[in-house]
Amino acid sequence: MLNIIGKRYIFFVISFFLIVPGLVVFIVDVATNKLPLSIDFTGGSFAEFRIKSDRQILPADLINVYNSLNISDVQVQTTNQGTFVIRSSYLDEQVRLNVISAIEKETSGTVEVLRFDSVGPTIGKEVTSRATSAVLVSTIIVATFIGFAFRGVANAFRYGICAVIALIHDIGIVLSVTAIGGHFFGWQFDALIFTALLTVIGFSMQDTIVVFDRIRENSNIFRRLDFESLVNHSVVQTLQRSINTQLMTVEFMLLALALFGGVTLRNFAIVMLAGLISGTYSSIFVASAVLVVWEKKEWRTWFRRSSEVSA
Amino acid sequence: MSGRRNQWFLIFIIVIAVVSIWLDLPDNPGLHFIGIDKEIKTYLGLDLVGGTQALLEADVPESTKVDDVQMSTARQIIENRVNSLGVTEAVVQLAGDRRILVEIPGIKDPDQALSTIKGTALLEFIDMGSTPLREGSTVKSDYITKSAIAAPTSPPVNQAPSPTPSASATPALEDKVWHTVMTGADLKNAQVTTDQLGKMAISFELNADGANVFQEYTTKNVGKFLAISLDKKLISVPRVESPITEGKGIITGDFNVETANALAVQLRYGALPIPLKVIETRTVGPTLGQDSLQKSLTAGVIGLIICALFMALYYRLPGLVADVVMLFYALISFALFRSIPVTLTLSGIAGLMLSTGTAFDANILIFERFKEELRSGKNMRQALELGWRRAWPSIRDSNAATLITCAILFWFGSTFGATIVKGFAVTLFLGLVVSLFTAVLVTRTFLDIVLTVFKPSDQNKWFGL
Repeated sequence: MLNIIGKRYIFFVISFFLIVPGLVVFIVDVATNKLPLSIDFTGGSFAEFRIKSDRQILPADLINVYNSLNISDVQVQTTNQGTFVIRSSYLDEQVRLNVISAIEKETSGTVEVLRFDSVGPTIGKEVTSRATSAVLVSTIIVATFIGFAFRGVANAFRYGICAVIALIHDIGIVLSVTAIGGHFFGWQFDALIFTALLTVIGFSMQDTIVVFDRIRENSNIFRRLDFESLVNHSVVQTLQRSINTQLMTVEFMLLALALFGGVTLRNFAIVMLAGLISGTYSSIFVASAVLVVWEKKEWRTWFRRSSEVSA
Repeated sequence: MSGRRNQWFLIFIIVIAVVSIWLDLPDNPGLHFIGIDKEIKTYLGLDLVGGTQALLEADVPESTKVDDVQMSTARQIIENRVNSLGVTEAVVQLAGDRRILVEIPGIKDPDQALSTIKGTALLEFIDMGSTPLREGSTVKSDYITKSAIAAPTSPPVNQAPSPTPSASATPALEDKVWHTVMTGADLKNAQVTTDQLGKMAISFELNADGANVFQEYTTKNVGKFLAISLDKKLISVPRVESPITEGKGIITGDFNVETANALAVQLRYGALPIPLKVIETRTVGPTLGQDSLQKSLTAGVIGLIICALFMALYYRLPGLVADVVMLFYALISFALFRSIPVTLTLSGIAGLMLSTGTAFDANILIFERFKEELRSGKNMRQALELGWRRAWPSIRDSNAATLITCAILFWFGSTFGATIVKGFAVTLFLGLVVSLFTAVLVTRTFLDIVLTVFKPSDQNKWFGL
């Protein structure tokens, strides 16, 4: 039988290398204040226009138009669909009208509005505070739920804590991926990506519960087996099922979405993919492994030579 | 025994299937009987159809309490104005105690529309005597609105004129406080029309009170100027040529077709009791909306086909059964969305796709357990029963975690910066519930029946062992 739990420290190291680079990027961005939060959280205006004109239009032209209307903090990008993405401070409806007609005048062309979002600063603040609460509340509720569902087993609350550790691992992966995407590919952390984060929390729990459920079941059957072997046995049993479900079905749907689903959902699908794969991975290689580490109180051996510790 | 039970379940499943198919039919006639009057159709969100969603907030300081009745009136006026602009299927709802949510699908000039519907539109007829001010100037009048007393941020309205105490020269013309003869509250109707010169104008009709006041004033003030102001700005300063007795009139001014129409809409339903400001707007153009819809549907179908193929290839016969169950799943889910109804947004489609994956998941759980029991030597029937019994707690508990997350997402999405999240939470939640139902009832019943019908001597081949 595969010895997954036996090799657990190898997997801890793998996780480390998956999460840390992305987190470093994340922390750097937070420190330099360049975290790509979308207007959902910061407030401001986001427009995507297609401009039909005989003239060649440069981003600088559009910046001039905005400035002439006394709008600050303007950034213009071009996309590979030939549209312009313009971010600026919050614009009310009168200014928005002026912007569009000013652009049309300046470029002697017509503006087709693909998207135009303006979020006032109060809303931005509300969303941010709600987002933080949502993450905290989810984590607490789900951990409690696991503790409750597994109350018949010895040391029930450990299961809850280990599930939360796996959860933090998954959140770390999601933030890594988003930070790298934001830093190198210009992604924005918007409400949809945040949805991905919360959904990953839910699904990660889902998968962890399936593995823990098997451990619980086996602990009633194999009463003589030592804990490490018990957990390993359970993990290997659920491996087939975990791979088939998480990786085959939900991931197929998300892959289809990422490849064919259009621009708006693409980043969301990629983040969800990474998060869900991580969810499966963490249930097996993190949550269960940590359970064993805890049971055997292995931290005693980390800093001492093994000969000094009683068996 | 289980055969009898299966019969009942099968009948139940078929009934549900038929109802779902009927609900899913395009051009469904809807339910119209015994007091139920319901359209059955697919409701697509603004991000798929194109349109604007805006959040309006009472333009008063944070600490001022906003009157419920006034907000309710404001909401009604806004709804009337939106409908008057020719928008079908608009939504105007109160959101909290000081906000109004407006959803306008398929509109071509969203910002123009927003300007129109949110304008306070206080119309005043002001006695200017013999000294008319120019059109476009701002005036102070003695008309005090209820909200003006409570809200210092509204345009300042001076108190009723009292004799100026100082001995200095009479106040300059700009500071003079004029007398308001009548306001737009007495207007019964307002229409766009053209005047004798062919220029755009607004014709209005007064109610009984207004007609009286108007008649009295015009009779006594022939030759004087009666200015008309909108939100304290003069739009027209005509001279009273003769007494007006029918309570009708015309407002001329510098109007084009759009501004005349906008003004008529604003006047028709009355002035807003509270000034409103726009604090959030989200507009999706129709092309992007259409594009998103097509692409996400394609992605959904492709994903579904891949999963179905996988199931059939890997699990063989049970896999095919699962594929049929998924067909039911799709039928029932859509029927639910059309009948509740649930507005399907782009994120909603993503949620549906995720829950479809989970629905496949539940079937896989059952099959894996089933295979395990078979391997440990049980016969088909026992294996199915045990497999099902062992799989169900897993399915139930794990989906419970995600259902809780959906509830939290729904709460989060009720903040108006994040309505996109709400659609996702609702479809994911409903999809999961339906998947639990199909796993409990449909998969199990079908597998049972397959076993009865299909006694294969060559188990391994058919069941993918």
